[in-house]
Amino acid sequence: MGKIKVKKKDTWIDMTPMSDVMVLLLTFFMLTSTFLKPEPLTVATPMSVSEIKIPEINVLSVLVSPEGQVFLDLDGQEDRVKALETMADNYNIQLTDQEKYDFSIGTSFGAPMQAFKQFMALSDDQRSEELPKLGIPTDSTDNQFKGWVLAAREIKGKDMVIAIKADAKTPYPAIQNVMSSLQDLKENRYNLITSLREVAPPSLSDN
Amino acid sequence: MTQNGTGEGRRKGERKKLDTRVDFTPMVDMIMLLLTFFMLATTLSKPQTMEIALPAKETGIDDKNKTLAKASEAVTLYLGANDKVYYFMGEPEPQTPNFLQQTDYSADGLRKILLEKNRKAVVKVMELKDKKLRMQISQEDFDSELSKIKTEDGTPTVIIKPLDNSNYDNLVSALDEMLICSVGKYAITSIDENDKKMLANSNVDFKAVE
Repeated sequence: MGKIKVKKKDTWIDMTPMSDVMVLLLTFFMLTSTFLKPEPLTVATPMSVSEIKIPEINVLSVLVSPEGQVFLDLDGQEDRVKALETMADNYNIQLTDQEKYDFSIGTSFGAPMQAFKQFMALSDDQRSEELPKLGIPTDSTDNQFKGWVLAAREIKGKDMVIAIKADAKTPYPAIQNVMSSLQDLKENRYNLITSLREVAPPSLSDN
Repeated sequence: MTQNGTGEGRRKGERKKLDTRVDFTPMVDMIMLLLTFFMLATTLSKPQTMEIALPAKETGIDDKNKTLAKASEAVTLYLGANDKVYYFMGEPEPQTPNFLQQTDYSADGLRKILLEKNRKAVVKVMELKDKKLRMQISQEDFDSELSKIKTEDGTPTVIIKPLDNSNYDNLVSALDEMLICSVGKYAITSIDENDKKMLANSNVDFKAVE
């Protein structure tokens, strides 16, 4: 009568199905992901029930800070360079290839054209530090915002969508400034970026 | 499979069968790490937007405004400070006391007023949405039908006049109410001298905050 032999169990777990699933998930996330673009300022967008999605390409996004500063972002590296060249021509600024390249790979821009050279001479870190203090001029004497919109529209064609993203606490005159500039350019259709809010369907009281 | 069960030893020259099992654990570890990274770094939900179309300045917004305001269906909203809305229906009658009423953006405020005003269209839109849910109607038909209902005669025209001391959130909330209450005809305009006089008479502050 031998001792009860405890059968030694094999602790090896087959990881193959698990890694299969994980690779699948990984591929999914890698393909569907769009990275958050760094913005000069974080804005809290107002809530809305509208469920229209903003397209990913052909968008000129206008960022309005609570202080009324305006920043722009255009997609497509070549288009960015073209828009910049148009603006530089208007303001008689000679650009180097390096500046054009730096601009093309950047994201939001907001330096006034007069200070553009100085701004581009800064290092990447300094630039992202300085940008929130700047902003594209929108006043009536030197409305560079109009210039950028005009240049972008010319390059991108009529399919370009203008999206305004502003902080919920932005005072109305700042928004009106942007809106009337757009209106002057006959840009009467644009999108306001909002975050989703759930609202119960309207109920009509019976009386 | 490797042994014939005869107890016979491995023959000379026969290669030792290698264990082909590979340890996947490090790989799984790494994939898990990447997966976590991508899951955290992704923005799955794209931001929502609302589309607005404003009339061009050149087309004479003042003329259009007049015709809009003449209609008895007009509702004029003044978006004021501290999330307050001042409104009046139809023609302005500054002589009447308390003709300018005050409300807010809550469900019992502006929405109730607009729903009441736009009851006919709201009911129709609800029926239409119901039809859409039951797949009795295509997307295109739905869209065209919707815009028809929203702009047909008898629906109110809302004129939104944000004051300088309102904020962007107020404007979006007001536009949102248009969407919720199926108001198809609305315009955003600035206040003029008449409005200023009227607001001053009603003790409404409309100056921009410094």
